[in-house]
Amino acid sequence: MREIQAREIVRVVSKLCQEANFFLGEDVILALKHAQEVEESALGRWALQQILQNEEIARRERIPLCQDCGSAVVFVEMGQETYVTGGNLHDAINEGVRQGYSEGYLRKSIVKHSFSLRQNTGDNTPAVVHVDVVPGDEFRIVVMPKGGGAENMSRFRVLNPSQGRQGITDFVVNSVDEAEANPCPPVIIGVGIGGTAEQTMMLAKKALLRRVGMHNQDTEIAALEREILHKVNNLGIGPMGYGGRVTALAVHVEVFPSHIASLPVAVNLQCHSARHKEAFL
Amino acid sequence: MTDIPKDVSLPLMADTITGLYVGDSVLLHGTMYTLRDTACQRLFSVLDKGESLPFEIRGQAIYFMGPSPAKPGQVIGAAGPTTSGRMSCYLPRLLDEGLKGVVGKGGLSQEARAAMKSCKAIYFAAVGGIGALLSQKIKKVSVVAYWDLGPEAILRLEVKGFPVIVVNDIHGGDLYDEGRAKYRVKD
Repeated sequence: MREIQAREIVRVVSKLCQEANFFLGEDVILALKHAQEVEESALGRWALQQILQNEEIARRERIPLCQDCGSAVVFVEMGQETYVTGGNLHDAINEGVRQGYSEGYLRKSIVKHSFSLRQNTGDNTPAVVHVDVVPGDEFRIVVMPKGGGAENMSRFRVLNPSQGRQGITDFVVNSVDEAEANPCPPVIIGVGIGGTAEQTMMLAKKALLRRVGMHNQDTEIAALEREILHKVNNLGIGPMGYGGRVTALAVHVEVFPSHIASLPVAVNLQCHSARHKEAFL
Repeated sequence: MTDIPKDVSLPLMADTITGLYVGDSVLLHGTMYTLRDTACQRLFSVLDKGESLPFEIRGQAIYFMGPSPAKPGQVIGAAGPTTSGRMSCYLPRLLDEGLKGVVGKGGLSQEARAAMKSCKAIYFAAVGGIGALLSQKIKKVSVVAYWDLGPEAILRLEVKGFPVIVVNDIHGGDLYDEGRAKYRVKD
């Protein structure tokens, strides 16, 4: 059994919260540069240019890419041959978020009593924590600051099994169409298919952690990703909704078997400021 | 779209507004006030009580934005637009109070668009998710009201060369509709 110190979790989560908010991933930057090359709309290219300039400023000055520093979504893959000492896992993650959002001058965007008082918790906690226990003794933490604009455009529906592949494609494309300019396109489209309601959305969310533009290893699923991307980019929404060819940078689909009665589909959109950072302890 | 951005002063003058068209690239210079969901609600309760607003809204421009905290030595933290659609419901009444300009991102509701047009007000979009870049265009910040709301407090901003695009002009155009129609491909 390998020991993981709670204070180490605090330190790493704090660091990841800040790095994710300051430094856009190389894969996202490359995808945005490619978009700039293929975009036909002048306004669309202008928006992409601003987005790329913003990335440079944020990185150089160590200031947030976006004022919406997100809900702190934290994924933990905890090897079953590890254990946490010196505190409990959830407290350590929340303390890491608290310290990271304070030290990094990140915006605190979480309110309690969400349908009444809407009082800011002041430290961006509680984090949204997902823990998977996996074989081995690795301990992986991923911090994904998830902005409200794109998250607000999430969609879930249980289709009839008879609707099949076409039903899935139509639902995803319509979800992006209806989201219009709101999720800050060009977006990355996370799609979950199968499982039960909560699991379908989790598949869609986790799909966003994949390297941008890398296709699912299953050829049938990869073909579905290509088809949806093609259709979405024919919508004409374009960068920031100003009209253009690049509405999405990528479509990532993850699947799970489903009940004989169901074909659940979830869409979780990621804005162009696709932020997540990971570390191994 | 004009290739060279137009310089526009804030508060907006009526003839300036008349000369702006959908897709125009604009650099804003002057004063605007930030506003978000909860502050809008508070302004409405002020109006309901028949009291005066914490700032003179007549002729002014508002910016739907809640910044990240300023680092030491910074004027303001990241300061990009938030989704305007959420505040669409508040616009008709604010326009009745004399509001002339709105800066945000994403489409306004049909009702808000109609109210903007009839009040001869203009809607600009800033690029979303570029808060670091836009923070550099803000030269001065002061809290006007509701500091207890944290990022949702109403701030008075002095901006210089703040880049935006005209989304809804007073002639009835809408950038999102027009842009999309132009690039949409029927399968």
